[in-house]
Amino acid sequence: MDRMKQNLHQASKASYQDYFGKSISLFCASLVGMLVVAILYFVMTRGLATFTQNHISLRSFLLGQTWNPTQIGANGQPEVGALPMIVTSLAVTLLAALLATPFAVGVALFVTEIAPRRGGQLLQPMIELLVGIPSVVYGFIGLSALVPLMRHLFGGTGFGILTGTLVLFVMVLPTITSLASDSLRAVPLDYHSAALALGATRWQMLYKVVLRAALPGILTAVIFGMARAFGEALAVQMVIGNAVLMPKGWLTPTSTLTSQLTTGIGNTTLGTLPNNVLWSLALILLVMSLFFNSLVRFIGRRGRMQK
Amino acid sequence: MSRKTTDRLATGTIYAFVGVVVAILCGLIGYILITGIPDISWHFLTSAATAFTAGGGIRDQLFNSLYLLLLTLVISFPFALGCGIYLSEYAPQNWVTGLLRMAIEVLSSLPSVVVGLFGYLIFVIRFNLGFSILAGALALTFFNLPILTRSIEEALQDVPNLQREAGVSLGLSNWRTITKIVLPIALPGILTGIIISAGRVFGEAAALIYTSGQSAPTVDYGNWNFLSADSFLNPMRPAETLAVHIWKVNTEGITPDAVAISAGASAVLIVIILIFNVGARFLGQRLYQHLTASKSK
Amino acid sequence: MQTYQYDQTNICQPTLAPALATRELEVFYGDKQALFKGSLQFPKHRITALIGASGSGKSTFLRCLNRMNDRVATVKGRILYHDTDINQRQINVYQVRRQISMVFQRPNPFAKSIRENIAFALKQQGLHDRAQLAARVETSLKAAALWDEVKDELDQSALALSGGQQQRLCIARCLALAPDILLLDEPASALDPISTAKIEATLAALRHDYTIIIVTHNMQQASRIADYTAFFHLGHILEYSETEALFTRPQIKVTEDYISGNFG
Repeated sequence: MDRMKQNLHQASKASYQDYFGKSISLFCASLVGMLVVAILYFVMTRGLATFTQNHISLRSFLLGQTWNPTQIGANGQPEVGALPMIVTSLAVTLLAALLATPFAVGVALFVTEIAPRRGGQLLQPMIELLVGIPSVVYGFIGLSALVPLMRHLFGGTGFGILTGTLVLFVMVLPTITSLASDSLRAVPLDYHSAALALGATRWQMLYKVVLRAALPGILTAVIFGMARAFGEALAVQMVIGNAVLMPKGWLTPTSTLTSQLTTGIGNTTLGTLPNNVLWSLALILLVMSLFFNSLVRFIGRRGRMQK
Repeated sequence: MSRKTTDRLATGTIYAFVGVVVAILCGLIGYILITGIPDISWHFLTSAATAFTAGGGIRDQLFNSLYLLLLTLVISFPFALGCGIYLSEYAPQNWVTGLLRMAIEVLSSLPSVVVGLFGYLIFVIRFNLGFSILAGALALTFFNLPILTRSIEEALQDVPNLQREAGVSLGLSNWRTITKIVLPIALPGILTGIIISAGRVFGEAAALIYTSGQSAPTVDYGNWNFLSADSFLNPMRPAETLAVHIWKVNTEGITPDAVAISAGASAVLIVIILIFNVGARFLGQRLYQHLTASKSK
Repeated sequence: MQTYQYDQTNICQPTLAPALATRELEVFYGDKQALFKGSLQFPKHRITALIGASGSGKSTFLRCLNRMNDRVATVKGRILYHDTDINQRQINVYQVRRQISMVFQRPNPFAKSIRENIAFALKQQGLHDRAQLAARVETSLKAAALWDEVKDELDQSALALSGGQQQRLCIARCLALAPDILLLDEPASALDPISTAKIEATLAALRHDYTIIIVTHNMQQASRIADYTAFFHLGHILEYSETEALFTRPQIKVTEDYISGNFG
């Protein structure tokens, strides 16, 4: 009897096992958390050094149009206007998403609603494979096939926003499609039958009921696609031309934030202004990525509230 | 316009969209395979790359890619497993857990070039690892951790709660219940997650350019001493991977047969990733059948 | 006859020595209270049935007894076992669960062989002697009346067994650890009548060595096998007495309605 009482109060092997397991898994989890904090911290301190150490004004960085960090400009400050890259990055991202969304939604509707059998069996694995194709491969195809084609069709160098947009369009298409199909699949089957029972045509059912219900999911898919496009480095870098100039047309060489980072970081030394401004570009990428992230969360919350 | 016409028109439009996408898909894969496969030869796979003359191979790059993948998985899997177990089994429902989940989401949506820059700053410069396989593997670990953690957590969540209750109600510790009962059931899902993330790691280049570097020094494949400088196993040597190689020959443009090399290397990349994908499907199905076959019998 | 009586008037105090007792046990899921001041005594080596409609709190109550509600709910009050309040943070829950074992509503054997299902927990406790393990497997399968059906296929997957066999395997799995008290949460509700009869026979045979507490919403089952019965209603324990007394002379109107099927 006393023995039992004692056992109940004493820690046993199982208690130590659990203590061990909990600590070790908590350790791993906090490591991941700390990692994210470290990345945010380093990118922020490095990226802000341009403004705190080199005393560049935020205005001239965000709105300046000439990029030449090693030269002193007319105002007595180094020329570090990032506007051309910001504009190009936003332009290719938005254009690619705009172009890809109708195709992605069309294919997603086809795969989930119109021909789930054939579409599901053939298109689905193909799209999943495309999500996995490395971005350099897209870049290589863009460079070896698309750039000459553009040059042939429209003249000029063939490098520029149009080529970049087309490459990104193909890259984000599978991402948006597969996420949009997921959200279409999540629409309850009752909705379909209810709409059809009321005498709606298939398109009325799809447009007024199914697409409406899946809208938050489709928006999320588009934002994920945009996040991928905005952060994509090498594929874009290979076809955009890499001249830090305001884009003047569809096919003039220009540069995105990521492409400038890729080409620039190897040619600068840590701690100098030309290097610091590159970190500031990285900071913009980080902020945009956080922005896309919170947008997804916001839509998710709104979507849940409606249900 | 009547409802019927609209319906037909809309359906037609969807078919047209699908047609265009299918054409793009076929064009893409066809282009890679048609231009790439003829360039793949035994010589191509087994000889070293050359910078200024035509006829270089991808031996070192291929090995580097595989070695880097292996190292990345070895480093990231234990942490992802621990983190996945914590989130699925131990994490209380409070704001700290919410913050952790948010951190993982942020990490997974970070552009890989930013991850590469961070790796460059921390490992290559601060920790003085130089351009090395180890620095590359650590950078890829950041990139891989969120995907792997999430797939492990999902696989664990798919295990019915009744199994946990069964273990715990016998007086087993939660930890033993998780490791001996829940994990074996979640294994197929976890394996599929590993293979799919392996595909992504294998093709990643932006995070590697400034961490594992852009040069592939000649190494001795017979030297198994991983501390020696010319050993193929030395984790401290710079190592250009296949994906980085494609990028480099295309952007530097001094290799005469750059297009042929990239086409061949791209085809090799795609084929390997295809094998990963099919392998993940196959393995997942086999293991699933293995687990459920006993159920139906 | 009263309709409701929330105080202790209709809760009997069995004269036999209790194996387990609760004092004013209360359970909260978030803000929602699922159980109000439940005080019961469970006599040693007897079968006690907990009856009541769905949502009456009987399963919630049962799951508190070996602390299975720790992670999902807040449990207040005392649970007395061996003169110890086991509903305290510093109590070793693993030890509690080894003594107070539980069988669930749906059979949940491990995805392992029949033998391993029983031997697994024993091995985890440090028993590795093959002969001893084999003996424990055999005795516990016999005690759960499953031995004759499975003795030739001990190395087959437990998932291949029928639902009723699986449930008896789960009982055997508990018995192998030689617990003091057996908690059963509607163990037969997912089973056909023949399997149910086998489980009931098994329980009847086990009552000499174990204290058994069983949740059921099958009133015939309660009257067939239980020595004592408690009636739960909307989170309150309204009546508790010897089974025969409760079924023949209920003191409260709701109890009478429930056992006569006029409920709701």
